[in-house]
This record gives sequence, C-alpha cells and structure tokens, in this order.
Amino acid sequence: MTPRDPHLLLQAAPFLRRGITTPRLMTEVVIGLGPVVLAACYYFGLSALLVLAATSAGAVAAEVALGSARPRGASIRDGSAILTGLVLGLTLPPGIPLWMACIGGLVAVGLGKLPFGGLGQNLFNPALIGRAFLQAAFPGALTSWTSQAGPSSFFHVHPSSLALPFMQAAPDALASATPLGMMKFEHHATAFSDLLLGNTSGSLGETCGLVILICGIVMAIRRVFDWRIPVCILLTVLAVSGAIWAFGQGRYPSPWFMLGSGGLLLGAIYMATDPVTSPMSPRGAWIFGAGVGVLVVLIRLWGGLPEGVMYAILLMNAATPLIDRVSQPRPLGRGRAVA
Amino acid sequence: MTPLPLQRSFRHGVHPAEHKEATEHLPLERMPFVDRYVLPLGQHIGAPCRAVVRAGDRVRRGQLIAEPGGFVSIGLHSPVSGRVLDVGPHRHPNGQLVAAIRIEADPYSSQQITPGPTADPASLGLDEFLSHVQLAGLVGLGGAAFPSHVKYKLPEGKACERLLINGCECEPYLTCDHRVMVERPEAVVRGVELLAERLGAASSWIGVEMNKPDGFDALSRCVPAGATINISPLSVKYPQGAEKMLIEALFGEEVPAGKLPIDLGIVVNNVATMASLADSFDRGIPLIERALTVAGPGVDRPANLIVPIGTPIRDVLAHCGINQATRQVVMGGPMMGMPLATLDAPVLKGTSGLLAFTEDIVNHPTEYACVRARAGRYEDLEKSYVMDCMECGACTYTCPSGVPIVHLIRAAKLTIRQKKANKA
Repeated sequence: MTPRDPHLLLQAAPFLRRGITTPRLMTEVVIGLGPVVLAACYYFGLSALLVLAATSAGAVAAEVALGSARPRGASIRDGSAILTGLVLGLTLPPGIPLWMACIGGLVAVGLGKLPFGGLGQNLFNPALIGRAFLQAAFPGALTSWTSQAGPSSFFHVHPSSLALPFMQAAPDALASATPLGMMKFEHHATAFSDLLLGNTSGSLGETCGLVILICGIVMAIRRVFDWRIPVCILLTVLAVSGAIWAFGQGRYPSPWFMLGSGGLLLGAIYMATDPVTSPMSPRGAWIFGAGVGVLVVLIRLWGGLPEGVMYAILLMNAATPLIDRVSQPRPLGRGRAVA
Repeated sequence: MTPLPLQRSFRHGVHPAEHKEATEHLPLERMPFVDRYVLPLGQHIGAPCRAVVRAGDRVRRGQLIAEPGGFVSIGLHSPVSGRVLDVGPHRHPNGQLVAAIRIEADPYSSQQITPGPTADPASLGLDEFLSHVQLAGLVGLGGAAFPSHVKYKLPEGKACERLLINGCECEPYLTCDHRVMVERPEAVVRGVELLAERLGAASSWIGVEMNKPDGFDALSRCVPAGATINISPLSVKYPQGAEKMLIEALFGEEVPAGKLPIDLGIVVNNVATMASLADSFDRGIPLIERALTVAGPGVDRPANLIVPIGTPIRDVLAHCGINQATRQVVMGGPMMGMPLATLDAPVLKGTSGLLAFTEDIVNHPTEYACVRARAGRYEDLEKSYVMDCMECGACTYTCPSGVPIVHLIRAAKLTIRQKKANKA
C-alpha cells in the first residue's frame, strides 16, 4: 500500500483555466491601440512616433527602476507600463518637447501607479496622472497645438519636439486651435464629419474619431473591456449636452460636436475602461459612465478649460471605491435589504 | 428541422471548453472484474456504516456487508462475490486512512448478482420506503454522495411540490450522466415516476443541458402521454448543475441563502440516482456499481464505464490505458474535483469521473499582480458573503491574473469557522 504516487501532482481545483491572462489582455489593448497610433502617424508624421516612444520609454523606465516585484523589474511582464505610456502619448499635442513627454511617462508610472503598490492598487488612471502633471507643469506646451503635417511631410519633425530641457521652445509657425478651443473661445463649431475623419488639430490620438470608434467596438466584442462604460459615457454626453443644446439654441454646441471633439472617444474607450480604476460590477459601470459623461459636459461648457475628459475620468476614479461599495452585486438567495 | 425549444439558464456563469467530444458518443461498457476491492465505510456524507462481515467471510455480489451507522448513513454491499480479506485502514481518495472492507474476488465465480428484496413503492408506507432506500445504499450520484433517504424524509411541515432531476452534467469532460440518459432513459423516467408518486410531487422536471440533444430526445420519448414529467432544455453554462443555479434556471426562483430547496417545496436529485432508485425497487439491485467517465489526455482509451464500487482507481486507469505523460489524476470534474495522491484509493459511490491530466494542463500560468487588489479583514469578507460561496471555481477559472481565488476563499471560510468555534 503506497501512501502516495510520487509522480502525481497535487493542486487545488479548478484544474481548467480560461487562459486569458493579464499580459494577454494588455497586449490586446496595445494591439487595439495600433490603428489609433497609425492614424496619429498619418496625421502628425514622425513627431507622433517620437512622442509615443518618449512617453513609453519614460513609463517603462519607471517600472523597471521602481517596480517592487521580485526579481526587480519582473512586473514589466504584465505589459501595463507600456500601455500606460502609449495611452499617455496619445493624449499629448504632437509638438510637445520630447523631454517633457518622457517626464510625463516617468510620472505616470512613478507617481500614478507605483507609490500605491503597483498594478491593481492605484486609485487613479496612471496615464491621466501623467497628463495632469504635464498640464500643471507645462501648461504652455500642453496647449500649443500644431496643425497636421499631412502624409506628404511625414519626416517633418516639429522644431519644438527637439527642444532641450528647460529651454524656450522655438515658436511654432503652424500653431492652430483645437475644435474645442475654437468652440470655447471663438464660438466656431467644426463639422462632425471633420471630427470623425480627423481633419482637425488636437492631441495625437484624439483627432480621428472613426478609427477610435471602430477599435473600441472590436475590443468590446472581444470582451477586452466592459462595454457598458464607454457606451454609458457617450450616451450620457449625448443626452446631457443634447438637452442643454435644445434649451439654449445657438448658444451651446450640438451634442454631435460634443461627442466627436476632443478626447472624449479616446478617453471613454481607452482610459475610462481601465479595469483597475473603474467599478467592478455592471451596475457600478453604469454609475461610473454616467458620472464621467455629466462631468465632461459640465467642465466643457462652464469650466475654465476647453476640455474636461481628463478631470472627469480622474474624479470618477476617485469615486470608484465608493461606487464599488454601493453597487456590490447581490448574491443568489440574498434579498436587497441585507446590508 | 423542428425549431429548437426555448433554452433556459441562470444569471452569470462561465463557459469552459467542454472537452466532452472524446467520450460523449461512447456507449457505457462494463469494467471487467479485478482481483481486489476496497470499500471505505464512510464514502457518503454522514455517519460511517458498521461492518457486518469479518475477515475470512465469504460474500456474494450484492450482499449487505455493512449496515447504516445512524439515520444519516446507508447500507453498503459487496460489489463482487469473493472473500473478505480484512476490515482495516485503507487510503480514501482524499488521502486519509479510513476504515474499509477489503474483498478478494473469487476468480471462479460467475458474478451473478444476488438480488435483494424488490418492492412496489406504492404499496410501502413512508418509513418502509425510506428504509428500503437507506438499506439499498442509495446516495446522490452527482458527486456529493448525500444519502438519498435523508433527502426524501421531508422536514415537518414541508411538502414536496416539485421534483427536479438534474441532467445538466455541467462539468467539462464528464459524460456518464449523458450516457445514462441516452441508454437507460426508461430507468430514469421510472425512478422519477415512483419518487414523484411517493413524495406526492405535483410535477416533475428533468433539466437537460442542450449539449446532450440525444439524451433530451431519449428521455422525451420515454415519458408517457399525459404524465406530469417535463423534460426541460437548458442552455449550456457552468455551474448549472449546482442545485440552486438549476432552480433559478428552471423556475426563476431563488433559494434564500442558508435555506434548502425543500423550503421552496423542491427536491433535487441527479438523473443517475433516479436510475439506481428504479433498479433498487424493481430489480432488487442495491448500489454496487455506477457509471463514470474516464477521460483526459493521460489515458489512451477514454471511456464511459460501469464500474463496481470499490474498484481500485489504478485498475480503472490501467483498463483505459493510462500513459506515462500523466501528471495528475482528478476524481470528479475538472472544476470541482479532487486531485489524487494515490491511485490505490478506490472508486466511491460519488465518483463521477477519473481524469488523467498531462503536463500542458497542470501547468498553470504564472500569477500576476491582481488588477483589483484590496486588502481586507475576515470580517469584511463575511460581509461580502464569502460564506455563501459554493466553491464552483468559476472565479479562479476566469481570473486573468492567475490568482487561485477559490482556494483563498476556502481558506477564508475555514478561518472564519475556526474563529467562531473558538469564540463559542
């Protein structure tokens, strides 16, 4: 009577796994970002690639240098740092000096994620922390928008990109305003078709709404993220801004303009859906999405800045633990009254 | 082509790969008799049986060798004709040494079953009915091995309005219930009829997941016109075979936490249990064998076998051609089953499957940082209803970070129980 067959492995059930791991999910999102990155290169040329490379390098460097996993740098495997870098890069203007972009990446991971304890512990979306930092530290660079380079001048690099740290960037001759800026300060609305196709100036990743939308739909079908969050954000923005537009004919932008302009699509699909900083339950996702949508409209229409997606998502990130608490799913066989 | 009937299901759940294709078309075949059998006295939920044989006694196939050791206990019968070797400690599949009766098969015996008493359940009083079920050694064959007569003894003031028969077999790999439905539908339906009549159930329902359309058809054909038995199609989802999930799927009703199906007037049993119930009353055959599935890449000839209870697992696997690549053997399904430390342990009444897994299945990906790590205390876990967890394993199956969530939950439940016990 052998007490044990030594070659047999003892593990706890279940013995099957779905096989979808964190790195695979991150890779799916990075692939899902691919067309957006390509669109950015198409509209803004080599500068776009350089900015994205700078933010990603900063983010990865912070993860390798400060990540807590043993052995050091092992946490890089989960792929979240490079994703943070890419998303951050897509929110920046094409002409931003590269050293600033790199600092943004460092701050995103080094301040936005690691001090909380790394992936899964951070309260705020790291990419948006990086952007908020840049906006506070370098407001000028973050609001000087260069117009598109166009496919013919792919290798044209904005002179400001290569500015040395802390030196005055050369004034850019091609500066132009974003659709939201034109709306806020000049009361000029850009056509919805231009917004969708990207014939505007703006951040690297936000100009071509159509590409973002298609990528988002594909990823939602592949269940990379919870589709409820972007859907609820967009519907809320449409509804709230539509109501305001209907009441104040002519004074406020149309809901379609609100939907297509600025970073709304990019933020709703790639940032608000971050599983770490958005609510876990379906009901929580609806609350979160509605909150982001309302805040976006409020900030855009009555705030001091033309764009409000970043702060809207960050504010709702802060509310996420609370939302999770009130939207805890009811287990089978438990009435609603049980606290 | 007839339109597919409406398939019901419960909320949530997961869709693991089914892996049933290797065995779902294989007819049930008999496992040949082997030399020795091991029958643990405690292989059901409740008190162990009391042996009524001693070393050296000759026993016949189907003879009672141990009697119930209490109300929540059952009879145990010899699966072979032969000689009792000893009554002593032996390995249980869970790894512990437990009291067991070891029987050496008589190689010259014809292995004819000596039937026990048959009975017409309709003519029996309730107590006689229950004691017949108890002495026949009947347990739920779905895996938990809960004594059937305990389930049929309804608590004071409770009535069984609906009899619900579980034909989900939602665990991947397992196909033995499927084959029982296809090959013995008349026995299943007969069991349902006699039990429904005995319990006074107004209606009976057999829920079948529709990855078993032939099982659904076979059962449907066996139901006589005008009978109150409903064969209900269910969509395929795990863990639909859990009784509370099944009740939600079929009736849309929730069994309150901490309560039992009978509190809603429902008794839930497995399809194979119904067939063995019919056998015990109509043919006088006690529970001495059961259908189980042997599958997984570690066996060369996967099969649905009718195996005498007590057959050493090593013999069953050898019969199916266990190969050198096997790294893990699981008793039960791959979601809730139990890994075996030794193959000397025997097949039990609750053994629904034996799965031989190879390196590629047992090697799970590395654990990554949890994307929603939140430190908590045991008290908080209790508020998150951790004690309601039935450990189906769907969380661990899904977790992208490779965290063994259900195992952590088991640990938490244990700790909370111990804390409470210490306080009391």
